[in-house]
Amino acid sequence: MSVQTAAPDQVRAIRPVRDGIGLGIAVGISGVAFGAAAVGSGLSAWQACALSLLAFTGASQFALAGVVAAGGSLLAGTAGAILLGSRNTLYGLRLAEVLQPRGPGRLLAAQGVIDETTAITLAQPDQPAGRQAFSATFCTLYLTWNLATLAGAVGAGKIGSPQSFGIDVVGPAAFIALIYPRLRAGRAERTVALAAVAIALAMTPVLPAGVPVILASVAALAGALASPAATGSPA
Amino acid sequence: MTGTWIAVLVTAAGCYALKLAGLTVPPRLLASPRVRRFAELVPVALLAALAAVQSATSGHALDLDPARLAGMGTALAALILRAPFLVVILAAAATAAVLRAAGVA
Repeated sequence: MSVQTAAPDQVRAIRPVRDGIGLGIAVGISGVAFGAAAVGSGLSAWQACALSLLAFTGASQFALAGVVAAGGSLLAGTAGAILLGSRNTLYGLRLAEVLQPRGPGRLLAAQGVIDETTAITLAQPDQPAGRQAFSATFCTLYLTWNLATLAGAVGAGKIGSPQSFGIDVVGPAAFIALIYPRLRAGRAERTVALAAVAIALAMTPVLPAGVPVILASVAALAGALASPAATGSPA
Repeated sequence: MTGTWIAVLVTAAGCYALKLAGLTVPPRLLASPRVRRFAELVPVALLAALAAVQSATSGHALDLDPARLAGMGTALAALILRAPFLVVILAAAATAAVLRAAGVA
């Protein structure tokens, strides 16, 4: 099966390994913010590290820390944090086709299914490059995120906040850069992206953090029902 | 404290199960053109929404932080100029960092 995920000629290619490692390090550093926030919320350093090692999905981790900080119901907080992880299920639907993981490899790959790995994998022109990009980004980001969490949890956040280095802009800039080729290639993609942005921003004031982004998947659903055949990129 | 540990571990298990579930969906389900198209469009929708929320909100409110928005503007300009990926993200971060250091934002 040939899986083509981006239009290679239109923009500069995203290099699977080099760019994956760079993204992993740059985003991973923001684990300092999580470690510091988690300990500030009342989690122990061990609990912060356990979340980064085992949950390894930023939105859910911050959500749980937030509930602990607010002294809210742990049951509801846990349910909410898990709900935020459903975004990764949706990514898996698409990644399964590119990665085609089997057996124990699938159990390992599953832990790597997050925003950054999905974005960079699907920006690759073919399946081998997609797999390389996934592995490079997953390994680097996993290592960096966990070391950074530990550093943040034991107080490295006091040296300087990640914000002062502009780290908070790395994620959103990377996501735009990685979907940019697909936005250029397909009109349906542009419409879906704009609708998704509108939904997420409109719902931010009224829904719990993280939920507006998940709700934005409705735009993809509408797009799929409106035009089931791919128009832009072959896939 | 034990309650918090349970919350941590259940969250971790739930998040992992959700990741695995997506990778485990039977291929024949994805054979339907509509499901397939949905799976193709979902990352575009979620990542665009995520970029918007991360760059223009904080908490429950719109938050137009000048340094962050300037960083995103730099990223867009770099993309249009076909800069390499790492240049795009580094230029975005550097713009925000410099503006903050200068006390502009």
